[in-house]
Amino acid sequence: MIIEHSRITLIQGDIIAVPATGIQYGELAVVKSKRKSSLAQVIRLRGDEVFLQVFAGSRGVATGDQVRFLGHPMQVAFGDAMLGRVFNGSGDPIDGGPNLETLPRLEIGGPSVNPVKRIIPRGFIETRVPMIDVFNPLVESQKLPIFAAAGEPYNQLLSRIGMRADADVVILGGIGMKYDEYLKFRIAFEQAGVLPRTIMFIHTASDPVVERLLVPDMSLAVAEQFGVRGKRVLVLLTDMTAFADAMKEIAISMDQVPSNLGYPGSLYSDLAARYEKAVDFQDAGSITILAVTTMPGDDVTHPVPDNTGYITEGQFYLKNGVIEPFGSLSRLKQLVIGKVTREDHGYIMNSMIRLFAKSRDVEQKLSMGFEKTAEDERYLRYGQLFYERFMDLRVDIGINEALDLGWKTLKECFSADEVGIKQELIDQYWPGTSG
Amino acid sequence: MAHPINSRVIAVNGPLVTAEVIRDQEVTMNEVAYVMWNDIPLKSEVIRIRGRLVDIQVFESTTGLKVGDQVDFSRELLSATLGPGILGQIYDGLQNPLNMLENTQGFFLKRGQYVSALDQTKKWDFTPLVAKGDQVKAGHYLGYVPEGIFRHHIMVPLSYAGIGEIVEIAGQGPFAVGETIAVLRNGDSEHFSVTMEQKWPVKMPIRAYNERLLPSRPLLTQCRLIDVFFPLAEGGTACIPGPFGAGKTVLQQIISRYAEADVVLIVACGERAGEVVETIREFPDLEDPKTGKSLMDRTVIICNTSSMPVAAREASIYTGITLGEYFRQIGMKVLLLADSTSRWAQALRESSARMEEIPGEEAFPAYLESRIAALYERAGLVRLYNNETGSLTIVGNVSPAGGNFEEPVTQNTLKVVGAFYGLSRSRSDQRRYPAIDPLISWSLYLRQLEESLSERHPKWVELVEEAQSLLHRGSEVHQMMLVVGEEGISIDDLVVYLKAEAVDAVCLQQDAFDKVERATSKERQVSDFLLLMEMVHHHFSFESKEQAKKEMTNIQNIFFQMKYAPFQEEAYWAYRKEIESILKKGVKSE
Ligand SMILES: Nc1ncnc2c1ncn2[C@@H]1O[C@H](COP(=O)(O)OP(=O)(O)O)[C@@H](O)[C@H]1O
Ligand SMILES: [Mg+2]
Repeated sequence: MIIEHSRITLIQGDIIAVPATGIQYGELAVVKSKRKSSLAQVIRLRGDEVFLQVFAGSRGVATGDQVRFLGHPMQVAFGDAMLGRVFNGSGDPIDGGPNLETLPRLEIGGPSVNPVKRIIPRGFIETRVPMIDVFNPLVESQKLPIFAAAGEPYNQLLSRIGMRADADVVILGGIGMKYDEYLKFRIAFEQAGVLPRTIMFIHTASDPVVERLLVPDMSLAVAEQFGVRGKRVLVLLTDMTAFADAMKEIAISMDQVPSNLGYPGSLYSDLAARYEKAVDFQDAGSITILAVTTMPGDDVTHPVPDNTGYITEGQFYLKNGVIEPFGSLSRLKQLVIGKVTREDHGYIMNSMIRLFAKSRDVEQKLSMGFEKTAEDERYLRYGQLFYERFMDLRVDIGINEALDLGWKTLKECFSADEVGIKQELIDQYWPGTSG
Repeated sequence: MAHPINSRVIAVNGPLVTAEVIRDQEVTMNEVAYVMWNDIPLKSEVIRIRGRLVDIQVFESTTGLKVGDQVDFSRELLSATLGPGILGQIYDGLQNPLNMLENTQGFFLKRGQYVSALDQTKKWDFTPLVAKGDQVKAGHYLGYVPEGIFRHHIMVPLSYAGIGEIVEIAGQGPFAVGETIAVLRNGDSEHFSVTMEQKWPVKMPIRAYNERLLPSRPLLTQCRLIDVFFPLAEGGTACIPGPFGAGKTVLQQIISRYAEADVVLIVACGERAGEVVETIREFPDLEDPKTGKSLMDRTVIICNTSSMPVAAREASIYTGITLGEYFRQIGMKVLLLADSTSRWAQALRESSARMEEIPGEEAFPAYLESRIAALYERAGLVRLYNNETGSLTIVGNVSPAGGNFEEPVTQNTLKVVGAFYGLSRSRSDQRRYPAIDPLISWSLYLRQLEESLSERHPKWVELVEEAQSLLHRGSEVHQMMLVVGEEGISIDDLVVYLKAEAVDAVCLQQDAFDKVERATSKERQVSDFLLLMEMVHHHFSFESKEQAKKEMTNIQNIFFQMKYAPFQEEAYWAYRKEIESILKKGVKSE
């Protein structure tokens, strides 16, 4: 049943209200103005007043415009024919390819996976970035953001992992993305041969703000369908802060009481609803989510990175062009460390980090003008080697090679009783004087 | 059962639905209502009544609801179902068994599906404890059934008012939870049939006991930092605030495995589903060292994870606590772990905002403080009617925004709990796990449990306080060194610092993922801590700071190796001897 209405009684921010009856909460509508037509979604019912958020924004919407209710929530096409294709923020193809109207359509933002249908993830994803593989390994079905200030090479890192990850399907959701960035992804994926198994939903910086809201949900709804059909899907979302900001705009237009810096109190739940789509299905495929969360003012305590950090299974903290060991975390690392990877992995990881923390302390101490001891010298050297061999993003080595290099580095700087590793492993792995 | 009275939806705002009821219709606060969505009932709870306008929070997605849809009121408060068969279950926040939903729904949780919390067909072997003519009241035991390794007492329903006389009692035999096992007659000669299943409204405390007692025994967690430095009391409360990734969940997981409790309730409230999965998948195969049975047999999981409906998140903690109080009524030592109470508070905040209530600090409702206090007040050690004790201990994680403990949920929680385990980012960055910061944490129970703790060693509490103050002094020296450098402090101060570091490395830090380290028995805690304190008391005479550092590193390393050696096995004794001989040698050289 399609109902049309043509008396808009309120326009505030990107929200409009129309009098209408029999309308479902969450239902989709088309707002037809002189110059454009836009999708809108019902976000509140009050008596016979219906409030909608207009995805293309309310600019140019007139009180006499037509609102046509579609009788169903937002949907997205699904099928193998989507592979290799590029869509915009409302799910329409923008690559000049054939339209996909014959494909079945599914509702976005579907229900949660029953926790008992999830399994414990066990798949180690080797990225050949030692700061990830050794110190914070990425695990299949993990949800993990890259925290970065503006200007950091987060999209390069994202696309590098996207190419290495060996997923069956890669879905890129661009939210408020610069067009050039989108082209860079496309070129990189094309060169790596990943493009034919990639689907892109691209909302660019020049598209209407509210349309951003749909990108994660569409990307994840499609991912979910591939996942239940046994595919290992990698979803890349950049930038989720732009998504949260769109959320904030809607909340403010609805006069909601903000909880922190204008963001609605539901920010945690809203972000979690998306990130929790990451899953390892029992007897089916998986969804891994790697996202970008830019940090306004490089501040981790800003509500968006802060809420994200609570939701996700760790974060890679990109700062000054490298992944910082402090502040970075993979909460799932223990599922693969020493189980899928070598038994010495966990011990090397902890020891190297502890010593690196110490070398930072020494650096700080010396910067305050204190005398340098012989011991300080060794820590400084260690810190420098650590940077060159592990942190530098140009380093491209596999996990075992990186672990061996770890032992070698420890040995070059310390004696075995200084590294805090249990004897059994020292006996086995500490590089011999001969070797 | 629903009583249709023709109430209609007039507004929908996220999970908050406003219904208009017909004139003179009686509605009860916290009553369960069902909003009909295409003939599918969506469970909800009444949270505000203003004239004929009734605000209800819907425990499911409200997508697709329309103005004019029907609302049915049940006349029952939101309740938990209590009886045999709860142990080992995995429930959602409203006590639907997720395994049953799995059979009917596949991968995803569909709306409007409600399944009985207890298996209605399973037969339990009932043995009566009372006889015809006995006078009983709510909470009195009528009999018991074996459940796993426990005796699950069957009681007069907790909601039974007044004194009843037993007019019928079942003999020994198999009964399903819904079958009558006794009939009571009250003073007005009304008969009441008792089954093994009963309901209790989740937001009301259960108080069917003689008295509440002051917690006086420790609840062993096998986490040294807690048991030695900041003990938890049986029937007490504690909170674990910390920034994200500092280790709150891992700490609770460890406690859920190794704590010496009869029953462990895990309330996964608004956190990751993946974390629950680890518990669900691993517990059945883990052995409870105390009973030799599967850990799952003593565990109940209640999960409303972060993407499940927000309104049910608020209910999930109350469901958990009610189950906890029920097990306390049957004489168990119950431990409830909630991760995280901040998500519960946020759920309150979300519904308060939708109701347009006047917001307090950080937009939390003004009643946040009293709600938090009421929650933790439900913990406690009690003397039951049969003079045995039962206890409910509550440990809540707190997830402060920005990792800042000055925020309302942390602050209001600190006002009511008995122990505070504050996790710090700097400790977790340094991988000093568990990242409980010993300089800010406290436990009121250390002194309160003195009598019981002195069984460990006559001067146990004094020794612990001494170790605590050593840590403070060590930190002061460290601060000083940051300003004046190592060359600016005396050798004695340096030794204080090094001893504090050793106590930290050897006793406080505990690797959750090493099979020896992850749990430390009481015996081992005592023997290792006393040896460590011998080292602390030992007067080392070092010639130079270099020598001090070298020798302290050495002795710390031996302690460190010792803690990875299985208790009282060969390697353990070897390291211990080595330490003892160093300490002896030092004395001689003086
Ligand atoms: N006791 C511990 N031993 C070793 N690693 C730990 C410990 N506690 C936490 N960690 C590490 O820190 C990560 C984050 O811990 P988690 O409990 O999930 O944090 P939170 O719940 O505070 O956000 C874990 O995935 C693990 O890698
Ligand atoms: Mg956690």
